[in-house]
Amino acid sequence: MTRLLDITDLHIALPPESQRPYAVQKMDLHLEANEILCVVGESGSGKSLTARAVMGLLPKPRVQVSQGSVLFQGEDLTKVSDTRLRQIRGSDISMIFQEPMTALNPVMTIGVQIDEVFRFHNKMPGKERRRRALELLRDVQLPDPEQTLKAYPHELSGGQRQRAMIAMALALDPKILIADEPTTALDVTTQAQVLKLIKEMQETHGTGVLFITHDFGVVADIADRVAVMQNGLVVETGTTDQVLRNPTHPYTKGLIAAVPDLVPRAARPRSPEIVLKVNHLEKTYRSGGGLFGGKGRVVHAANDVTLDLARGETLGIVGESGSGKSTVARCIVRLNDAEAGEILLGDTDLRPLGRAEMRPHRSKIQMVFQDPYASLNPRTRIGKIIAQGPMMYGASPEDARKRTLELLEIVGLDAGAYDRFPHEFSGGQRQRIGIARALALEPAVLVADEPVSALDVSIQAQILNLLDEIRDRMNLSMVFITHDLRVAAQVCDRIAVMQRGKVIEVGATAELFKSPTQKYTQELLAAVPGKDWFFKETNQPAQAT
Amino acid sequence: MTFWKLFARNRGAVFGLAILILITFMAATAGLFFPDDPFSLAGKSMSAPGENGFLLGSDSLGRDVAAGIAHGAKTSLLIGLLATLVAVFVGIVMGALAGYYGGMIDNLLMRLTEMFQTIPSFIFAILLVAIMKPSIESIVIAIAVVSWPAVARLVRGEFLSLRNREFVQACHTLGMSDIRIMLGEILPNCLSPVIVIGSLMVATAILIESGLAFLGLGDPNIMSWGFQIGAGRTLLRSAWWVCTFPGIAILITVLAINLVGEGINDALNPRLRERS
Repeated sequence: MTRLLDITDLHIALPPESQRPYAVQKMDLHLEANEILCVVGESGSGKSLTARAVMGLLPKPRVQVSQGSVLFQGEDLTKVSDTRLRQIRGSDISMIFQEPMTALNPVMTIGVQIDEVFRFHNKMPGKERRRRALELLRDVQLPDPEQTLKAYPHELSGGQRQRAMIAMALALDPKILIADEPTTALDVTTQAQVLKLIKEMQETHGTGVLFITHDFGVVADIADRVAVMQNGLVVETGTTDQVLRNPTHPYTKGLIAAVPDLVPRAARPRSPEIVLKVNHLEKTYRSGGGLFGGKGRVVHAANDVTLDLARGETLGIVGESGSGKSTVARCIVRLNDAEAGEILLGDTDLRPLGRAEMRPHRSKIQMVFQDPYASLNPRTRIGKIIAQGPMMYGASPEDARKRTLELLEIVGLDAGAYDRFPHEFSGGQRQRIGIARALALEPAVLVADEPVSALDVSIQAQILNLLDEIRDRMNLSMVFITHDLRVAAQVCDRIAVMQRGKVIEVGATAELFKSPTQKYTQELLAAVPGKDWFFKETNQPAQAT
Repeated sequence: MTFWKLFARNRGAVFGLAILILITFMAATAGLFFPDDPFSLAGKSMSAPGENGFLLGSDSLGRDVAAGIAHGAKTSLLIGLLATLVAVFVGIVMGALAGYYGGMIDNLLMRLTEMFQTIPSFIFAILLVAIMKPSIESIVIAIAVVSWPAVARLVRGEFLSLRNREFVQACHTLGMSDIRIMLGEILPNCLSPVIVIGSLMVATAILIESGLAFLGLGDPNIMSWGFQIGAGRTLLRSAWWVCTFPGIAILITVLAINLVGEGINDALNPRLRERS
């Protein structure tokens, strides 16, 4: 019997000036009907290119299949004509992408876009097409399908857009669905729903799903079988049970070990000294309105936010996108101006200070940013990036240089980094540089805004360790913003949960995880991917729902 | 890859650069090869090219066309460069302030820019030169005044997108002053498109200068290509060479500058780097 999808000895060649000759090498994979195969790997492992090779969507001629075959029901997809490939795409093999906002055409309604899929592949009267489209939207559990048909992509939420994408992908009942990190851009609770939906759809339609992800939590939730990729090689394949329970390859072991536990860190005694106190902070964003009146939209990004931070403690602020957690962080470091409330650093209220008055206080409160690629000036050498802070506050060039070299050592980079440019470093190394820059002014409070969410899991663990180490060594207090409860569990002493601009619950990490009082907190804990798998054997902190 | 290697991938650009170097050489050595004043009577008037010792012929007053072209090159390049420098400087200042501060300042500066943009640039340049009376300075000023809005809009756009980047915000949290952030952090990151637009503006400036000189608004004491064409236009049927050779000189120079500008664009624009 021929398999649904059979990849044998696949090589994907990269252009000559690349870091390695092949993006994917010696790949053997197969997919049966009615199963979910997860391809797991860190960035640059070649997992996305594999998916594209199956769809015939490689950026030719620079990147192309140089050897091997991709058999779809016995037909080699690397050899078929473009016309045949177009027939197969959409009707037999379809794909959903990571970012539903860019994968949908912003100037066409959802209805028209679903309709297109039908029109291109078979002849059907318009009424019939519309009926089918409505049915699909109902299947993917979109509220009010009639209305959704008429909606433009920007009128839907991220989760709804991804559902619409899934509806489109499943329109012609394909035999294979390729999902390229479909939930990475979504919030945890939405992610859990979308994963559930994909699983349900796969079961009812008997589709074979090739699911690409970097998150072992997602793998545990959804996969039947797993293939682990590293640098273009499939290093391990097996059933989910085998791979997660008894990984044989050291790389797989490392990856699984790096998945952060949901088990909270051991509680530490809290210092009585409060370093930073935020009282009744208010911040609203207004949009629309404009010159000719009209009603603008008002969003309460921070609504009566009250927090306190003790010396040497890490306070996590957890919430989904739009909860206002980043706004609070940015108000604290005074990148945004809050409208009301107090930000007490020691005895001074930072909130009402003007830009010039704020300047002397800047050094006491520093920030680590989310995106290690955007947070370093691409045209400035590392040494200068770190040293310019101290020099602005009057350090002599020699002192600043000495301090910079010291900091590079603290964050685990060698002194050779001093004269190099940011693009010569990897994401993890850049984040270390970002941390060194923040530490250069010897702040009392460090505000970290999602410092690890752009990094691969193994690097994540290193950066989290580094932050921990530094905090102990310098007796720093830290405000740690994250959307990932697993990360929060590892580094935070206390956690504040935010929803729609309000802090709905604050508590010591262990307590909060054991007995969350708010329904929303319980939902967040329940939605952590892979929870059942990774935390069942441990002391089961989150039996919330 | 080095800048030169990236630049050299565009063959046309290298060709343009070679021509541009030649023209610059010609401008620099004009006094050596044609020591006499290009306005002076050098021989029989209306000589065809090759006749009476004139390489490219002479015009109705017996002036050497070849000498005019060599000396005119100096004027064209000088005015093109100077006007562009002034325009780029003004444009950067306006664009940077508007883009960085936004709000009221942005509104004010951009409305001002638009006011300049609504007036047809060549007519505006004529008006300015006519008011100030023709001289090198007035021509440079006129060309700069009509060219800076494009730079200002470009720089403003770059500043708008860069000012919210995390590395700029990191500088805010360090307590860096605005002027330092603008000059030290943002400006170096938006220089590439400015260099590209600047190189293309040199070509436009040369064209405007020629146009002005053609209409008799050039500096009367300085030989320029536009002036030569203007002087020869009535003789176009009887002495074609008077207009033709300066015209070809303008064409080649502008083409060469455009080719070089495109090459610089290819080399500096990281999105194009991926293309082969």
